[in-house]
Amino acid sequence: MNKPIYMDYQATTPVDPRVMEAMLPWFVEKFGNPASRSHAYGWEADEAISLARKQVASIIKADPREIVFTSGATESDNLAIWGVAQFYRDKGNHIITPTTEHKAVLDTCRHLEAEGFEVTYLPVQTNGLVDLKSLEDAITPQTTLVSIMAVNNEMGVIQPLEAIGRLCRQKKVFFHCDAAQGVGKIPIDVNAMNIDLLSISGHKLYGPKGIGALYVRRQPRVRLKAIMHGGGHERGMRSGTLPTPLLVGLGEACRISEEEMAQENTRLLALRERLRHGIMSQLTHVSLNGDPEARVAGNLNISFGYVEGESLMMAIKEVAVSSGSACTSASLEPSYVLRAMGVNEEMAHTSIRFGIGRFTTEAEVDHVIRIVVNAVNKLRDMSPLWEMIQEGIDPQTLQWAAH
Amino acid sequence: MAYNEKVLDHYENPRNVGSLDKQDAQVGTGMVGAPACGDVMKLQIRVNENGVIDDAKFKTFGCGSAIAASSLVTEWVKGKTIDEALAIKNQEIADELALPPVKIHCSVLAEDAIKSAVADYRSKQKGA
Repeated sequence: MNKPIYMDYQATTPVDPRVMEAMLPWFVEKFGNPASRSHAYGWEADEAISLARKQVASIIKADPREIVFTSGATESDNLAIWGVAQFYRDKGNHIITPTTEHKAVLDTCRHLEAEGFEVTYLPVQTNGLVDLKSLEDAITPQTTLVSIMAVNNEMGVIQPLEAIGRLCRQKKVFFHCDAAQGVGKIPIDVNAMNIDLLSISGHKLYGPKGIGALYVRRQPRVRLKAIMHGGGHERGMRSGTLPTPLLVGLGEACRISEEEMAQENTRLLALRERLRHGIMSQLTHVSLNGDPEARVAGNLNISFGYVEGESLMMAIKEVAVSSGSACTSASLEPSYVLRAMGVNEEMAHTSIRFGIGRFTTEAEVDHVIRIVVNAVNKLRDMSPLWEMIQEGIDPQTLQWAAH
Repeated sequence: MAYNEKVLDHYENPRNVGSLDKQDAQVGTGMVGAPACGDVMKLQIRVNENGVIDDAKFKTFGCGSAIAASSLVTEWVKGKTIDEALAIKNQEIADELALPPVKIHCSVLAEDAIKSAVADYRSKQKGA
């Protein structure tokens, strides 16, 4: 079987061959423990890690000493939110986060609620963006932390990080940013944006899976309670032997992404607009989810009216995408992110996320346009809702029995 | 999720897609489900003078299993009397398509569609 065309770059990315090349010597030949201070095996590993730390710091304009390596963005989110909340418990017990965050953030907040903290889940606007006024209104003297993602994983919208950071600094609350989908995709400057903690994932930027980092600001200093206890690695914030090959991979992935970001974004934007235009010029009742301007180049999330998302994915099985449709999840609920943006349930069921990236070609985009247009037309011929539209009846005006 | 072969077959080669004339007194139209829940099935049956369903058509907005269940039901009801058609249970549909628990509601919807189509046909006959 031919593998489908990969358009799910928000789920994960392949490791860049240059990244793998850089990692290879660190498995067999240079296997030393970077914490071994007494011999050359340890020294060379430690040097490699210093370089990786610089490369990771550089892509977010941080100091290498502010980087804590973790197993991925989920761990970074847990460490940042739980760690800060617990450390500053005496100062306040209130956390703010939008309803469209990743589960790694939302679930950590739920967990903290069970531990007696108070969490405000901030609604977003219909374009998916946080409203600064409502954020400001939500901050109380009890608030210690605001956690807002850089780029949404489903819709690709970019939050106004600089304005959020300025507000948080002014209100003297810490600002954690889950930037798993943002690092390497948009320019991030932790100082200009007043970000205090920032989560990074390796496998979202063509690095290996199982590695990530948390940026923890030194000036003014942010402290947190560790989750992993042991040898006191990473300045006591995250114990555990550093996995040299993975770190070398993450560092190289950051180096490449930083160097190539500008030109790669130009290329991706052209491809995405080609895809968007190709689909929207040939089909009616198609809508873009999320802000049309404030979004990353590699994401196109669209709803195909009157065509259910899962059946559309079956019809376009030559393309690997994901859907906000309930039927793709065990819960039978459509995407909570789209629902939080006020996308009605019906349209949420019809959404498809096309994620393009470093290895997507123009020929693939053109092929996908053809497949999608054919599939939507075929499914609409089969759709009773589409039939109503053709007869001039809007299904939304009818009474439907929930089931 | 990997799909069962029978679901795939019905999904890729759906039987009896289309519409019958809903004004026709011999035609019963059932519409069940809701767009907000992600599935809407329209099932139409035509009943001949002997009380036998001689044609059936469907249109479905829904996942692959919902489309497969509707397609299957159109095959099953053809040639049956109304009472025989009403005897089709969702469990038989689920078994035939080997639906996983999370998709059982698709078979329930298909059974409801039959009932709804029959009810529409009967009310037309009463009115006539």
